[in-house]
Amino acid sequence: MSSAPGDRGWIGASLLRKEDHRHLHGRGMFIADVQVPGVQDVAFVRSQMAHARLRNVIKPADAAGRVFTLADLAPINVLEAGPELAAHRHSPYPPLADGRVRYVGQTIAACVMPTRAQAEDLADRVKVELEELPAIVDAVAAMKADSPRVFDEWPSNAYISTTVVEGTPDSLAAAPIRLRRRLRLNRQATVSLEGRGVLAYWDYRLDELVVYLSTQGGQVKRIALSRMLGLPEEKVRVIAPDVGGGFGGKNRIMPEDIAVAALALKLKHPVRWIEDRREHLLASVHCRDHTYDLVISADRDGTLLGVEGDIYIDAGAYALWPTGSFQEASMASRNLTGPYRIRHLRLNAHTVATNKAPMGPYRGVARPGATFAIERLVDEVARELGREPVELRRQNIVTASELPYRTAAGMKLDTGDYIAALDIARDKIDLPAIRKRQAAGEPDGRRIGVGFAFYTEQSGHGTAEFMKRKFRVIPGYESANVRMLPDGGVIIYVGVQNHGQGHETSLAQIAAHELGIDPARISVRYGDTAVGPYGFGTFASRSIVFAGGAVGKAAHILADKIRRIGAHFLQADVADTRIADGMVHGPSAKISIAEIAFAANARPDQLPAGMDPLLDTIATYEPSDSGGVFAYGTHAVVVAVDPDSGVTELLDYVVSEDCGTMINPMIVDGQVQGGIAQGIGTALYEEIPYDEQGQPLATTFADYMVPCAPEIPDVRIVHLVTPALTTAYGVKGLGEGGAVAPPAAIANAVADAFRDIGASFNETPLTPRRVSEAVDRARRAGSAGR
Amino acid sequence: MKPAPFDYVKPKSVAEVSAALGAEGANAAAIAGGQSLLPMLSLRVALPDLLVDIGGLDELKQVSATADTIYIGALTTHAAIEDGRLPDDCNGLMRMVASKISYRAVRNHGTIGGSVALADPAADWPGCLMALGAQVRVSGRATVRRQPVADFVQGQYSTTLAADEIILGFDVPRPDPGTRWGFSKVVRKSGAFANSIAFAVAQGRGGPVSVVLAAAAPRPCALPTVAERIGTGKDSEDDLRSAIVADIAAHAPQDDPYLVRLHISTVLRALREMQGR
Repeated sequence: MSSAPGDRGWIGASLLRKEDHRHLHGRGMFIADVQVPGVQDVAFVRSQMAHARLRNVIKPADAAGRVFTLADLAPINVLEAGPELAAHRHSPYPPLADGRVRYVGQTIAACVMPTRAQAEDLADRVKVELEELPAIVDAVAAMKADSPRVFDEWPSNAYISTTVVEGTPDSLAAAPIRLRRRLRLNRQATVSLEGRGVLAYWDYRLDELVVYLSTQGGQVKRIALSRMLGLPEEKVRVIAPDVGGGFGGKNRIMPEDIAVAALALKLKHPVRWIEDRREHLLASVHCRDHTYDLVISADRDGTLLGVEGDIYIDAGAYALWPTGSFQEASMASRNLTGPYRIRHLRLNAHTVATNKAPMGPYRGVARPGATFAIERLVDEVARELGREPVELRRQNIVTASELPYRTAAGMKLDTGDYIAALDIARDKIDLPAIRKRQAAGEPDGRRIGVGFAFYTEQSGHGTAEFMKRKFRVIPGYESANVRMLPDGGVIIYVGVQNHGQGHETSLAQIAAHELGIDPARISVRYGDTAVGPYGFGTFASRSIVFAGGAVGKAAHILADKIRRIGAHFLQADVADTRIADGMVHGPSAKISIAEIAFAANARPDQLPAGMDPLLDTIATYEPSDSGGVFAYGTHAVVVAVDPDSGVTELLDYVVSEDCGTMINPMIVDGQVQGGIAQGIGTALYEEIPYDEQGQPLATTFADYMVPCAPEIPDVRIVHLVTPALTTAYGVKGLGEGGAVAPPAAIANAVADAFRDIGASFNETPLTPRRVSEAVDRARRAGSAGR
Repeated sequence: MKPAPFDYVKPKSVAEVSAALGAEGANAAAIAGGQSLLPMLSLRVALPDLLVDIGGLDELKQVSATADTIYIGALTTHAAIEDGRLPDDCNGLMRMVASKISYRAVRNHGTIGGSVALADPAADWPGCLMALGAQVRVSGRATVRRQPVADFVQGQYSTTLAADEIILGFDVPRPDPGTRWGFSKVVRKSGAFANSIAFAVAQGRGGPVSVVLAAAAPRPCALPTVAERIGTGKDSEDDLRSAIVADIAAHAPQDDPYLVRLHISTVLRALREMQGR
């Protein structure tokens, strides 16, 4: 591994990550590592019923001042969450239940004791009187007129229903090929390595509420804490220390956050809550849970014409602040044409309330579902026509010469070569060799299948896109404060929140590129509202585009000033200077940046007349096209499936992907590999089923299957590099793409293995039971038809 | 997920253990490697008043061999067996089984005695020891007794252990030199409890065959019809499939067609592996 710049400088160098030293030595500082004298632990009393009236909470007589209900935390301002659309129904979500519980795991009371174990002992002794109501657990059934309601006053269980009509979908009824399929991604948890956590206390010296929060974006959370608690923002400081993954699950304000902050205002000592894994599976952000009932239409020659049907998003019992989960429905609709020249659409998307934990974002947001749906449908059309699926894709996919291309649903696909990505994946996985192996059969009775899935990943989208999504807070820019110290070292404060992405390294590489110094002398800081500039945090594959652009812009401004001072020292024209290797080079002499930095900070007498001292600047950045840029790629996977047991083994996995310019290719590979691990989780393992009473059936890792190292194949990654035209350095975000395609690619591979009997695999995860049952159904249908 | 309060003792002798476990009115649990009990305590599913830590009993860590038998102390860890610390591991079967139990971190602590004492229907050792014809040595306040593992395990989380008893170890008959075996297991993922485990052991060349299926019923089931058919000419795949179905049905009614297919698959794989050796 390199620790030196590559041929093209620091951009493109696979530097070892700065942050890994502390993490590999166990010296990270996560929220449970934060030591605050006198802290007491919170355990929550949670609802054991999915839907009930809360009649009474009986506190143990010997626990005065230690058990808190909503009334004890008052006043709390419950904020409306969801998109800013009048049609989106309000689902008031108090931090502790207010007369009604709507999912198993909802917080009812908070118990505060010196240790968590004691707090749990106390929580066990709090008596809760619930009057059970009918539970709504199926989003499709919930949309029937006679369904019981999650919210009594709502006319239906939909938070919102929307329709997308493009082209002339009425024309599709006459299409020669029309296939209707029901596809489903089941419900998951986000399963960050570190769970959520919050620690809060009143700092009497600074006269402010300090809230340590394991979050993807502290500045936005401060808005919510301030408004909900009725404190001015300057009295609320949010600190995110090391954050051990989030994947979307730490980017909403959660009831525990508010409850613990409110407790800190009531109590004379610090309080904290550290989520345990059962709470995580029960009551953290849930995700996926999409159902598609779609018809795809095509011509006999394989031309894909249109998609019609219904999309149901099971959004759970409450919308989470700020934006709820309406974007699941809107993004699923808008990504359902994939990269294809499909021009006719009629989609009804329903965001449905049920008695399950609230839904939030998770790596890929909606696109794993949309990609699963369209890529399964494309394979079904290929099977119907007897075509090789990858060839049908080649026929319908947007070509390089057609880019930029506006899809029927209004996404502007920007740059790249989609066919090249398909071809590379096809060749690398060696399709002819697999077809040959399939024809020969396996000695152990297993079946071999190969599957492809193409994805696009919108990233770097800003104001225009989030206005379309009707966000309450529009993450339309990022900011960076670049500050050079007297010895030439640099500290950069950013508003994004590294939680595993390697920002301390990649952002330092960008600044090093602009400032001509070694990234080892550049520290990247984030995660404290008291010191960082305003920013929105890390999510939506946005950080390298936005924060990278802001760091580059601020560093560039600083570099200009350094050159001007350098030119003054060198008695040269600034136009004749350049910055490199820690020096400002003039035509005949050079001066170190450290000398310039000392002058700028500590020797104003040496500066050019009229120049302000300091090398310290803040810049904000948004790409010139805030509709976003699209990374893309093809996943190709080979599986071996046992038809009896239904066990699927991944034999080979190839990715060809293009995320534009790579700042640190090693970090890119890590993002791809990590995303695929989670995508494999969606495809084969992870699921939170609920029974008819709304009881979740996977609340520990004994029941919730997360793929671990033995389940993850070595992924062979090929990079295409087509720089984006509208972002700094030509970068595209790529944090989510790895998680988007695996469910589609793996399901297509399993379907390919049983192509001869026509078995369908349209529901994730493809558990051994689901696979075996699909094979059995197809075999029975085949023998019945004979 | 923190355990409810409990008391803790770490006795120095088996007699002290039996006294603690068997005390009048005791709600006690013995803990060895703790790989099942600790999560159950944290989830407050198990709520003992007293934990009796048997980890200090060196006599339970012994491993020895005679001409006919290997003796495996109850506190022998899965990792020790995986690493080949037994004088004889049944031509590699026990080593293979050990290596497929959960993760190495679990295997470092989890013990063979703990696995059999808990008698989880999806555990590996009860079925494996049954297939090998092993006996368990049990000690209580008054006596030491021996019993075939096949009789010791009564059902789901149920054994013949009395309140004051613990497992001392296992006597496993040394296999004939030509002994062949097959082992097949389906787990949802590495580290998860199994959905189906099949063991097939053929003693010597042409000797008796033992086939055991675990995770299919409250306790591991012997599949005698299947075993008898091996090598008789009535052992085509179709013959074996019907024999497997009949044998499983004798142990527990199977109303789930998927599970029947699953168990057929693991048993057939174990048999093929045995026959291929």
